[in-house]
Amino acid sequence: MNYVIIGNSVAAVGAVRAIRDVDQDGNITVISRERHVAYGRPLISYLLGGLISEKRMAYLPEDFYDKHRINLLLNSEVVGVDSKKRQVKLAAGDTVAYDRLLIATGGDPFVPPIEGLAGKEKIFTFTTWDDAAKLKAIAHDIEHAVVIGGGLIGLKAAEGLHLLGKKVTIVELADRILSAAFDRPAGRIVAKKMKLNGIDVITEETVVKIEGDGSAISGVVLKSGDYLPCDTVIVAIGVRPAASFLKGSGIGVNRGVVVDGCMETSMKGVFAAGDVAEARDFFSDTKNPLPIWPDAYIQGDIAGTAMAGKQKEYAGGLSMNSIEFFKVSTISMGVTNPQNPAEFEILTYQDLESYSYRKIVVKDNRLVGAVLVGNVERAGIFAGLIREQIEVTPFKEHLLAPGFGIIHLPKELRSALFSPIGKAA
Amino acid sequence: MKRIYTLEDACIGCHLCEVACITEHSLSKDPVKAFLHEQARPISRCTVEEADGGIISLSTTCRHCDEPDCLRACISGAIQKNDQGVVRIDTEQCVGCWSCVMACPYGAVQRNTAKKKANKCDLCPDRKGPACVDACPNRALVYKEGIQ
Repeated sequence: MNYVIIGNSVAAVGAVRAIRDVDQDGNITVISRERHVAYGRPLISYLLGGLISEKRMAYLPEDFYDKHRINLLLNSEVVGVDSKKRQVKLAAGDTVAYDRLLIATGGDPFVPPIEGLAGKEKIFTFTTWDDAAKLKAIAHDIEHAVVIGGGLIGLKAAEGLHLLGKKVTIVELADRILSAAFDRPAGRIVAKKMKLNGIDVITEETVVKIEGDGSAISGVVLKSGDYLPCDTVIVAIGVRPAASFLKGSGIGVNRGVVVDGCMETSMKGVFAAGDVAEARDFFSDTKNPLPIWPDAYIQGDIAGTAMAGKQKEYAGGLSMNSIEFFKVSTISMGVTNPQNPAEFEILTYQDLESYSYRKIVVKDNRLVGAVLVGNVERAGIFAGLIREQIEVTPFKEHLLAPGFGIIHLPKELRSALFSPIGKAA
Repeated sequence: MKRIYTLEDACIGCHLCEVACITEHSLSKDPVKAFLHEQARPISRCTVEEADGGIISLSTTCRHCDEPDCLRACISGAIQKNDQGVVRIDTEQCVGCWSCVMACPYGAVQRNTAKKKANKCDLCPDRKGPACVDACPNRALVYKEGIQ
């Protein structure tokens, strides 16, 4: 059996481990357009900011590729998939044959057409190790950077540049930063902390024009007409599934590569996982690309299992983020900002002085979402309650308490989780 | 693999498991010295939870899951499962992003905010069996072969 995996990040790693759990003999080829072995992609802001060394970027133990007998092709971009001949085409011209294929190419940063952007030198995206390295290499030449987009990537880029002592302004279209993960109070708490630490956050605004002579940037013009002088622009509006190379392959692509509950695409034997995939949502039957690290691992695991001939069923993508800025910890998960609040029961606690906030979202007596700011201790218990769809009525009064824990769950549940009864090997 | 289980009805809420855990993971391996003199005193990897004024209590700790949510969420690769099935955090590699805290449904990963490192049960690699189990005066903690 020839397994070919396009992409070499967390979804690929989940898939490799799952394949080797079932099949010790098949050939696994991992193809990556990047030059690095798997690295902790979210760590690029730590690398930019000088918080960690390049050595700590490694995501896997050194012997991972040998131990799992992987044929690793780095610096190799896949430009097409011929699903009839069952082979992938590389940019260099050669082909690689597969019996089972996993598309785990992740996302490409989206750069919209902005007037004046073309030809400017110090315009960056921020999703790869090399993006961070490029920024770091010219950091001495940066005084003031404007970050377009106040999502996770934009905030991380801003944090990295701030750590290097640069003046940073974030321009966000929505009414708050991290609008996908946070509700308004949480977004405001984090924005307040950032502003206190010298990062400017401008919301409900966008950059309409980049100004400057030749390749140099002198500033940006906002929709309101305001002008912000700067010498560097980071475009962090979002990522899109990196699926353009599948054109003509016959593999179904909507916004991402559409997959079923085993991560199989419309083409038999071809699977997709991670940011490139469009898989089922946890709460509904709709399918969405979900660029969330833990979910990419889970999807990779399910895809790898199916590729090797066994089966696990995907429970659906559950959004979750753990983000810390200037020592304010935040964890959010699931439905944080219901569109039609009347259908939900929403419990909140806040003490803005101490940057504490807690929001619990319940629907039909089941937990569906949580936002924790400040005290994020044991947040995963909430994730478990969401995933297992536990009825929360018996302990709802405790959900907002900072000390909420396992002890508040019904006894049979506590026993199921921790007691030895019925658990003999 | 062998795991630590809790017999809730036998737990007397004495917190000796936590003391034993802190001691085992301290530099001096002495509770008083660790408390008085160690600046980087560890935090406990097991958590005694109490309710109803202490009438019910139990000690919770890592399940060393077959499919660990913490490992899957870890962005730095600091969390790995070894060939024996033990899930451990490489403290050097950990960046303190708390993704594991977000993911663990057992609430079994602690935050050491002073060091900005995540912290969890490692089943005491330097001992024959976990220190918490040995310390439990009422045998509310058992260490035996079992499933998650």
